[in-house]
Amino acid sequence: MRAYLPDYEMITAPSLQGALEVLARGEFRPFAGGTDLMVLFEAGKLSHHKWLSIWGLDELRGIRVEAAHIAMGALTTYSQIQRDATVQAEFPLLIEAARLTGAIAIQNRGTLGGNIVNASPAADSPPALLVYEAELELVSCVGGKIVSRWVSYRDFHTGYKSTLLKKGELLRTIRLPRTLGAEKGWVQHYRKVGTRKAQAISKICIAAAARVEGAKITDARIALGSVAPVPMRCLKTEAYLRGKDLGLAASWMGEARAVIASEISPIDDIRSNADYRRGVTQNLLEEFVKKLSSGSTR
Amino acid sequence: MSKSSVAKRVPVSFTVNGKSHSLEAPAMARLLDVIREDIQLTGTKEGCGEGECGACSVILNGELVNSCLVPVIQAQGAKITTIEGVAQGDVLHPVQKAFLECGGAQCGICTPGMVLASLSLLEKNPNPTRDEIREGLAGNLCRCTGYMKIFDSVARACGSQQ
Repeated sequence: MRAYLPDYEMITAPSLQGALEVLARGEFRPFAGGTDLMVLFEAGKLSHHKWLSIWGLDELRGIRVEAAHIAMGALTTYSQIQRDATVQAEFPLLIEAARLTGAIAIQNRGTLGGNIVNASPAADSPPALLVYEAELELVSCVGGKIVSRWVSYRDFHTGYKSTLLKKGELLRTIRLPRTLGAEKGWVQHYRKVGTRKAQAISKICIAAAARVEGAKITDARIALGSVAPVPMRCLKTEAYLRGKDLGLAASWMGEARAVIASEISPIDDIRSNADYRRGVTQNLLEEFVKKLSSGSTR
Repeated sequence: MSKSSVAKRVPVSFTVNGKSHSLEAPAMARLLDVIREDIQLTGTKEGCGEGECGACSVILNGELVNSCLVPVIQAQGAKITTIEGVAQGDVLHPVQKAFLECGGAQCGICTPGMVLASLSLLEKNPNPTRDEIREGLAGNLCRCTGYMKIFDSVARACGSQQ
């Protein structure tokens, strides 16, 4: 059933400071591009009624390239991400995630910050952000001043749909260290498995990177979406892969598949089921290893 | 929460197809409903109401959006183009003409969104490949045509060989 409009209120704020002052009072929650919240609203399932639109806060937009990292404002849209030359060159997993989120009209409104705080385990960008070891800047207004703290994205999701965000806090910046260059031997890989390319929410999604020297995997980072209550790094699988000889992959692949299956906790839901997700996750790992063996960098 | 039967209305101004509009609407009213009911431009259609189908597509400040997902307060000061703003009087836009010539429109519900998505694509990429046309229209669903005639229409509109 559709939402009952008179129950809802939406206000705007003239500045980040003004927005944080409103949020500090606890009554209103932030509302960005609306690509998730308006769907709930339309379905009559948006339980919170008072919203602060932050869409107009340009200070939360844009991508800043610095020596050691890039910093993206929380309102940076998927379309803006895809157009950025530095992201294209150095963060291909994020480009892929942005391209595969919804379709153009969604990419024009959906924001990276919104994707993170909406905290869906099926979201497309979190696995990429986990591989890039993103850091998040959370801001709030305390005693009339903007206070900021940085947290590691890996710690941000504390359980299904719950995060480190405290009442009154807003995600301001997503920062990615510029460390996984192809020149340092890193190979990156992203794959989303869904019912179709556009619009579909994933059944399973993988973002991965590994450093290969000679035939040896010297480092690996693997992250998955839709196979656990939160987007997850597969630390056991990563540890297993480190030091492995790609030339002998046939001899250890079975064990690698067992390791990744042991650390995920997929469920049956409307989009897929646990068995399928477990099987495909193993196949996705194998596909990634084959790509490493093939010597392809993208 | 106080129960009210009338939504509080706020003033909103924007431009639709070059014409300025100032009106009062509930801040969270969908841009789609304001365009159809307050401004009475009913060319913009509602399909799914959840951002899947693209029937409600409009161009907002130069970018294609699903108007069912935009609270009207976020359109404050915006420049909006709906399907009614695409033709110049009686002269159809080349994309509209191509849709007629290629049979790209059948029942017509998806057509306004398809045309706006095509315009938006061609604005950014005047000579798209077949794959780029598919990707550009991937957010617009059609239950009649089977899509091929729509892709043909876009290809014809930009004069590319099929």
